[in-house]
Amino acid sequence: MTSWLLLATAAAATGAAPAAPEGGLFDLDATLPLMAVQVVLLTFILNALFFRPVGRAVEDREGYIATSKAEAKQKLAQAERLAADLSEQLREARQAAQTLILEAEQESDKLYREALAAAQAEAISVREQARRVIEAEKDQALGALRKEADTLGRLIVDRLLPA
Amino acid sequence: MVPMPLVLPFAELEVGQQLYWQLGNLRVHGQVFLSSWVVIGALLALVVLGSRKMERDPRGVQNLLEYLWTYIRDLAREQIGEKAYRDWLPFIGTLFLFIFVCNWGGALIPWKIIELPNGELGAPTADINTTVAMALLVSLSYFYAGLSRKGLRYFEYYVEPTPIMLPFKIIEDFTKPLSLSFRLFGNILADELVVAVLAFLVPVIVPLPAMFLGLFTSAIQALIFATLAANYIGEAVHEESH
Repeated sequence: MTSWLLLATAAAATGAAPAAPEGGLFDLDATLPLMAVQVVLLTFILNALFFRPVGRAVEDREGYIATSKAEAKQKLAQAERLAADLSEQLREARQAAQTLILEAEQESDKLYREALAAAQAEAISVREQARRVIEAEKDQALGALRKEADTLGRLIVDRLLPA
Repeated sequence: MVPMPLVLPFAELEVGQQLYWQLGNLRVHGQVFLSSWVVIGALLALVVLGSRKMERDPRGVQNLLEYLWTYIRDLAREQIGEKAYRDWLPFIGTLFLFIFVCNWGGALIPWKIIELPNGELGAPTADINTTVAMALLVSLSYFYAGLSRKGLRYFEYYVEPTPIMLPFKIIEDFTKPLSLSFRLFGNILADELVVAVLAFLVPVIVPLPAMFLGLFTSAIQALIFATLAANYIGEAVHEESH
């Protein structure tokens, strides 16, 4: 600071040397401290009017954006989790339906086969029975016929022989 | 300067002429204060206009202010570090905005229309007093930042990584404000002089490229000053990881 004051007086002295009593480019005087005071005052005024309110506004907004972003990210994650959950459920349901269909098909197939087999067996047994009845009736008829033929034969013989 | 008959009223060239105001037995440069009040007024008007009704969905000037705020915050955070940048954000931001508006105001406002008894209006940063004042404020604040954060351990910084660095670090404390102030002062003054000289010689079209270059330099100088200030503070509060 003292060096500056010395420089100031020196500058003032050299500035005073020419025809004009004062002046010069390096003319340091009371302008310096007053300007310093002015700049300091301006700093305080600008701090109150500009830096503090604008800083608060900007930082509030930055905070708001950050929290909104975090919230949105959280919601997105939640939605993604839900979507994954639902698609998993859907897949399981599809699988269950598939197995159900398969089972039903197998069931109906089995039932069909069973019914078919039962019907065939019944048909065979019915045919067999009918065949046996026919056979028996045939035998009976043949027996009756033979007996009749015998009696007829004996009758013929009886009639012819005595005569 | 030599008065020329065909020179336009806004193309005169005066160097080192000051409008002196007497305050008690102190003398100040009136033109610097006049133009700095205009600049500060413009800055405050912008800030008040933009921050009057803050909303979550920014509208109008609030957008610009928020853009500036985040720009300055990123600058301060990068240079000072996550832990301490909050305390110094207003100071760095004020330096940046003040210098930026001073530089551009000096280049864009047609000051020369206003006739002063002596000296001429221009960028306040083209006066050595303004830049030295701000550079010294930066010096004070980095000392304050280091001492308040680390106490006397701040002076360990002078002997790190080896005690051989001690003289260089001490010299640095003098060269930092010197280079800060003279860089800004020199650039802005040179820019004003170049434009003034070109306008003095050829008043139309020819100074335009120099003016555009001047705007560019002005913005860069504001950025450099703020970045370096933040960097010095960051250096002072930086904790060595042992």
